[in-house]
Amino acid sequence: MLGGSRLLGSMAALLMAVLAATATAQEQPVRGGTLRITVPEPVMLTGAFNSAGQIYVISPKIHDGLVAYDADFNLQPQLATAWTISADGKEMKFTLRPNVRWHDGKPFTSEDVAFSAMKVWKVAHPRGRSVYANLERVDTPDPLTAIFRFSQPAPYILNALFSAESQPVPRHIYDGTDLATNPNNVAPVGTGPFKFTRWERGQYLQLDRNPDYWDTGKPYLDRVVFRFIPDPGARTVAFETGEIDAGAGIPVPLSDARRLAGMPSMQVHLEGDEAINAQTFIEFNLRRPLFQDVRVRRAIAHAIDRGFIARNVYFNFATPATGPVSKDLKRFYTADVPAYPYDPALAQKLLDEAGLKRGSDGIRARITHDPLPGNEFYLRTAEYFRQAMQRIGIAVEIRTADFATWYRRIYTDNDFDTSNYAAFNLADPTMGVQRFYWSKNIVKGVAFSNGSGYANAEVDRAFELAQIEVDPARRTSLFQQMQKLVMGDVPNIPVVDLEWLSVTNRKVHNMIKPPLGPHGNFADAWMKP
Amino acid sequence: MARIARFLGRRLVQAAGVILGIAVINFLLVHLAPGDAVEVLAGEAGGAGDPGYVERLRARFGLDRPLHEQLALYLWNVVRLDFGYSFRHGTDVLDLILGRVPATLLLMVTSIAAAFLLGLVLGVTAARRVNTVTDNVIALVALLSYAIPLFWLGLMLVVLFSVMLGWLPSGGISTVGVDQSPLAYAADVARHAVLPTVTLTLFYMAVYTRLMRASMLEVTGHDFVRTARAKGLSERAVIWRHVLKNALLPMVTMIGMQVGSLLGGAVMVEMVFGWPGLGRLAFEAILARDLNLLLGILLLSSILVVAANILVDLAYAWLDPRIEVR
Repeated sequence: MLGGSRLLGSMAALLMAVLAATATAQEQPVRGGTLRITVPEPVMLTGAFNSAGQIYVISPKIHDGLVAYDADFNLQPQLATAWTISADGKEMKFTLRPNVRWHDGKPFTSEDVAFSAMKVWKVAHPRGRSVYANLERVDTPDPLTAIFRFSQPAPYILNALFSAESQPVPRHIYDGTDLATNPNNVAPVGTGPFKFTRWERGQYLQLDRNPDYWDTGKPYLDRVVFRFIPDPGARTVAFETGEIDAGAGIPVPLSDARRLAGMPSMQVHLEGDEAINAQTFIEFNLRRPLFQDVRVRRAIAHAIDRGFIARNVYFNFATPATGPVSKDLKRFYTADVPAYPYDPALAQKLLDEAGLKRGSDGIRARITHDPLPGNEFYLRTAEYFRQAMQRIGIAVEIRTADFATWYRRIYTDNDFDTSNYAAFNLADPTMGVQRFYWSKNIVKGVAFSNGSGYANAEVDRAFELAQIEVDPARRTSLFQQMQKLVMGDVPNIPVVDLEWLSVTNRKVHNMIKPPLGPHGNFADAWMKP
Repeated sequence: MARIARFLGRRLVQAAGVILGIAVINFLLVHLAPGDAVEVLAGEAGGAGDPGYVERLRARFGLDRPLHEQLALYLWNVVRLDFGYSFRHGTDVLDLILGRVPATLLLMVTSIAAAFLLGLVLGVTAARRVNTVTDNVIALVALLSYAIPLFWLGLMLVVLFSVMLGWLPSGGISTVGVDQSPLAYAADVARHAVLPTVTLTLFYMAVYTRLMRASMLEVTGHDFVRTARAKGLSERAVIWRHVLKNALLPMVTMIGMQVGSLLGGAVMVEMVFGWPGLGRLAFEAILARDLNLLLGILLLSSILVVAANILVDLAYAWLDPRIEVR
């Protein structure tokens, strides 16, 4: 009976979803309204030199980027209306949109672009120094032309030119000042569809419609308010009571997301994270003698049921990962890699072969495990890991700590056996994947670097060639070669490809559009009154 | 009067020493925690492309200097009552703290006052009907409201009054995204304050109730109460004029202790209700290793505790003439 009614229920839900989709397609955008979004409180409001997740969401509304993307990652005009790339890939020329003004009324020109690229992104952005490493200078022959000149081709930059990642800031405000303490960081002047109005610390950030936005008639919304709600359970409640309309980057516990997905007034968006591509890993510290034997690493990989984790820890908002590149990064992913299907018996056999016999207490080895704090699913994964390891005779002690402690253990002191965390592939493996496997990125004190201490000269070579390869097909094949090599070595175990989901009220339309989703500028977003 | 002035003078000199001592201990304690503000910032940013990023930020924040130099600089700032700069927030620490003071005071003063009054009434009632059903019911209520975890109680109130009944907002201090007149704004803030205040009041009330009951029972046994009864005073006069005033001393001690923790706020309640108070600010400062901000909050709290103690000593003398300030 129960099964029958559940089936009926899901059929009804499907029907309603289809009806809703049809209705949406016919509806015209409405001007006006306030969109209320929940995000963690940021420390600043420009993403030009801080790429924290909430700034990634907030800052693109205030600052447009040079370009945006369509669903297939083709460049779309934003502040730049046209672009040409030289055959050798060393020159990118952008034609800028005329008559764009900063929110303070000053004109936006190529000088702003040159200043932002050379004096901000390349110098002070956490990833900028590596992403823009080959950028030698930006020429500005006239106010509406900016020519980026590179010492070597840097094709991945095309996947980094959107607002959240490479944000033009006003030169007239920043030039000659200390970037970190410029008051503009907390009350910014941008070019985007929404202007900064006020920031009540600990409460909310209010942005209001920019009436002089270059895209006449847009944005549709009058106001965007970001609310800071520290407790995850309270965020779910605020969705249910209609006090907030949207949230991005897994705004509620996944168990609640499953429940909200079943409510007719709510919508859980799995799309819109195509430039994020989150994956979770269990990582080995390869400095430990125990994990220097690849058979031990493979044994542990075989002892983990990724499907179980996807279902029970991630409530099916994730799928088992097969390699170091997410399935969702379609242009670069390959399934043709060494696989580690769940097989505890094989795991035990591999451990025996590696000489790790069970002691009189049934234990082969004792290790510690450090889950990333901050979200409940890391700890749940760690608890599963402990049980799975117990079955094959490895005793795991889980060490919980706050983020600063975890960071120091993993990346500064390298004082850990195993850990688990999530990381973003971003829109390009050079930006999001290379950092974990490139041996030159074994650097003490740098977060989300090559923490396992993995070094394979062939993997390094594939990454380094892909960095400067201008032919897309050859570049993809280099990345696929890398994926095979990495999965043969398993310096970490990719666990799941995780949906970096958004939740919205169904009143909200056009907010989550692939590929940027919540990281777009919301010029097209509108609310049904 | 001269005596009070002398008392105050001596206590203020002592207080300065105590606060400086606390500042040193605070400084050393917070530096025991592993990790620093720069690592948290870099971690939140999704990782930095190169170690230079972390090193440059550390130099800018002054975290690359030897610890004793940082301590000396900090103490010099304390002496000048300069709270320093939060690099994380890009703002002066004092501005950040002052921004949270109104919300903190609103929540804490209302809750402590309500808890004091409720505790007083319930405690007196329980003491007058000692070992009856009323007494037991009050004891049970006090026990429950003290034992229930604050965050759970808060969430349950939210589920009932916000989700199911829809009477009250679930969190925050005001409705966001609407422009309101000052009067409407005040009413809006009051509505938002109801649930966090009730949650916190129930918790504090328990302590006052038990304290008041015990104190009342003790005082009732004294000779002067028997005398008052013997000379034919009504029960009401005996209780309110003779017993109550004498039974208040422990309550004043308790209030003094709680006023000390006033600025610390109530982290749990502030987290559940998204209340923009100092407790949450301090908690977030710990997680972010924003030591300047954390030390600022701790320093201000220690000043408040010391001041509250001096005031409580003065209040004793006023409540009970047998106690003198010296």
